[in-house]
Amino acid sequence: MPLTHRQWYRRGLKDGVPIGLGYFAVALAMGIAARNAGLTAVQATVTSLLINASAGQYVGFTLLAARAGLLEVALMEAVSNARYLLMSCALSQKLPTDTPLWQRLVLGFDVTDEIFGVSISVPGKLDPYYTFGAMTTSIPGWALGTFLGVVLGNALPLALVSALSVGLYGMFMAVFVPAARREPVVMGLVGLSFAASYLVETLPLFSALSSGFRIILLTVVLSLGAAILFPVKEDDNAP
Amino acid sequence: MLHNAYLYIFTMASVTFVIRALPLTLIRKPIKSRLIRSFLHYVPYVTLAVMTFPAILSATQSWLSGLLALLVGLVLAFLGAGLFPVALSCCGAVLLSEFLLQLL
Repeated sequence: MPLTHRQWYRRGLKDGVPIGLGYFAVALAMGIAARNAGLTAVQATVTSLLINASAGQYVGFTLLAARAGLLEVALMEAVSNARYLLMSCALSQKLPTDTPLWQRLVLGFDVTDEIFGVSISVPGKLDPYYTFGAMTTSIPGWALGTFLGVVLGNALPLALVSALSVGLYGMFMAVFVPAARREPVVMGLVGLSFAASYLVETLPLFSALSSGFRIILLTVVLSLGAAILFPVKEDDNAP
Repeated sequence: MLHNAYLYIFTMASVTFVIRALPLTLIRKPIKSRLIRSFLHYVPYVTLAVMTFPAILSATQSWLSGLLALLVGLVLAFLGAGLFPVALSCCGAVLLSEFLLQLL
């Protein structure tokens, strides 16, 4: 029996909790960056509530600290968030065609690495209420973490921040590992992604690129290569 | 204190929102092209894998604890553990290993 919107929402609430905890840890560091850029706790928290993007906000704060121009900030924001354009394309295929506009806009507001990760791994089509649930429990973690990061500064125990910060990677693994187990192509692709990502970060030629740009570059090249060599069967309901 | 900080914040927020919401609102039908469908099928896994490694090695105080978290996460996720158990176990692995490293 298909789940109702309410059931999907509750499932989302549950899956959003670990995301919120992970966000909380990363946001502490974000708050410290905001404080260094000269933002008040309220300004930093408003930024986190409106943007929900670690790399994008970090870049923004860095540019703010350097007193960059408005156009420059807008441009860098577009570049560092460009991978969300790809994720949003992938999500559009996961939605039922009759999904109303307002639901698409609300979804679009919070396309983050983690929210995207859990939403795309739902079996079959995505009920937007699932994502709304995950947003409900994760966005406060991000905002609260930012606020406390500004207020507390560097007074936090390092061991705790260090441990919490790998939580997000744990969530990523919980999404791509089961897919790799299911599909041999994805398994090979994950191995290749690890290797390529490592190379690109260490090779001097590429390490000058921003991490956001490296992620886009690798995603496009590797996914396109896999799509050409191993196109998915027509009867798959994925992506 | 920054002057017109909110002007910057709203600019950043608008740019981010447009990038995230445009494909979701414009692409309303299933994409027909098999190549694009395949591409979008692989995108999530590649992008998540690329973001995980090697970044996880530098997220913690010692690359050793990051590596341990990676292995713990890979094995547990392979065995079918859910989102929350995997994430928590990774955190636990770091907390424990960094505590032990300090004793050495």
